Amino acid sequence: MSGIWVIKPGMLTTIQDAGRWGFQARGVPVAGAMDPVSHRLANALVGNDRDAASLEVTLLGPELEFEDERLVAVAGADFDLSLDGRQVPSNAPFIVAVGSRLRFGARRLGARAYLAVSGGIDVPLTLGSRSTHVVSAMGGLNGRALMAGERVPLGAPGRAERNALAPQTATVDLPNHHATIRVLPGPQADYFTSDALDMLQSAPYVIASDSDRMGFRLDGPRLTHARGADIISDATPLGVLQVPASGQPILLMADRQTTGGYPKLATVIAADMTIAGQLAPADTITFVVCTLRDALTALIAQERALMAVEERRS
Amino acid sequence: MTSFRIVAAGDSAIVVEFEETIAPDVNARTIACAEAIQAARLDGVRDVVPTYRSVAVYFDPLRTDHDVLTRCLEREAVRPLTPITAARTPVRIPVCYGGDLGPDLPGVAAFAGLPEADVARVHAAATYRVFMLGFVPGFAYLGIVDAAIAMPRHATPRVRVPAGSVGIAGVQTGVYTGGTPGGWQVIGRTPVKPFDPTRADPFLMKAGDAVQFYAIERSEYDRARSES
Repeated sequence: MSGIWVIKPGMLTTIQDAGRWGFQARGVPVAGAMDPVSHRLANALVGNDRDAASLEVTLLGPELEFEDERLVAVAGADFDLSLDGRQVPSNAPFIVAVGSRLRFGARRLGARAYLAVSGGIDVPLTLGSRSTHVVSAMGGLNGRALMAGERVPLGAPGRAERNALAPQTATVDLPNHHATIRVLPGPQADYFTSDALDMLQSAPYVIASDSDRMGFRLDGPRLTHARGADIISDATPLGVLQVPASGQPILLMADRQTTGGYPKLATVIAADMTIAGQLAPADTITFVVCTLRDALTALIAQERALMAVEERRS
Repeated sequence: MTSFRIVAAGDSAIVVEFEETIAPDVNARTIACAEAIQAARLDGVRDVVPTYRSVAVYFDPLRTDHDVLTRCLEREAVRPLTPITAARTPVRIPVCYGGDLGPDLPGVAAFAGLPEADVARVHAAATYRVFMLGFVPGFAYLGIVDAAIAMPRHATPRVRVPAGSVGIAGVQTGVYTGGTPGGWQVIGRTPVKPFDPTRADPFLMKAGDAVQFYAIERSEYDRARSES
């Protein structure tokens, strides 16, 4: 089967899918796309299943050469994209010819873009997923980010519908270096002083430079523990704000460990993880507590927008 | 009466917390609860994660909801523990204690006021319980280590601990899977991999397992290594 050659790898380009679910009880991190909505949109635009693997491009994009003709789409962060020197759009499918080179240029907004290719990235499944988890050297291509000179294998394109290119569709409002992100209190809000949730919402937090796919270290209003900063280690959900002794929270992202020993004040709603995934170090977050109803309303709206694109392509 | 509480962790996870203690009976209840939820194969559940004393249930909120899962958790949390009909066969792990494979054995011996050989004997004499897995794929937190050799972890972790290193951290013991930093007192090494994605069963241990260590000679360790 054909593939993609990595001419330049970019800063951190990894193979990701919807994540490695089902093995957290054995200590296996979920990983998966940091912005799951853009990942799914890119797949939808080329007619792939939503679980197909894509390339997650981070901050500085790659240059890639295609071995055969494919339908491709880029969603998420807004990069200048050029195909053999000619500009191509984001959030819309386009065809690459045999030997075409796709170059990610300047980035205007957002942190992570997703390149989906008809047929999907076809590296072997590890524990049911193709997602790369660099820290445990699992999944993807040799368990790490793409390197220059490597070849990324592609699956067989399924439904060929190259004539009916969908119009440009974006479902993610990219943050302009600042995002308002909604949280639900808990699971351990009672391990903090009663004003901790107010403090969390009182001023923006800055994403520290040592933030990565595992988590965003945040710098902002100090959160105070009521019962010490150590708990008996327990599960660490996606989007949870765990707070070590420093009182500065860490927002746990896709590559987080499965368990942790710090109390967890609040959890980002599922619908807002997509915006969180578009943030980078030095960007800021304002947290807002919402209700479960708000969270589900937002998630349903997001799902409807994605399904509209998926239905058009099927 | 079992005391527990059920808390939400965002819109896609719910957690049942049992008594706030590290104890075999609480952990046994925790794992039984997790296994029952797993066995129920509820629609929309993505992952069920037991830890020392809590079970996290991850779900797709578009396919199920808090109320359905809360009812299920309430049911399973209070269900009496069925007596263990067939005690799980212990997982037996060979360890070459001391020397360059167990650089902290002298330190633990000094901590315990025992000869190195006795530290190894004490470590291998117990049957441990897998309280939970975490940290990295396949890493099992085992307890409870005999107080005599329960030396606290290093103040400064090693940057990289070799795969198979057997460590002690207070009353916990465990086998490093390799390539990670770690602060546990390394007293030996096993040729067996706790995690190997190419193996039919990639995981050596699961939560609730019984584990025993047994001492092997260096020659046996080397032979096992060269065969794997």
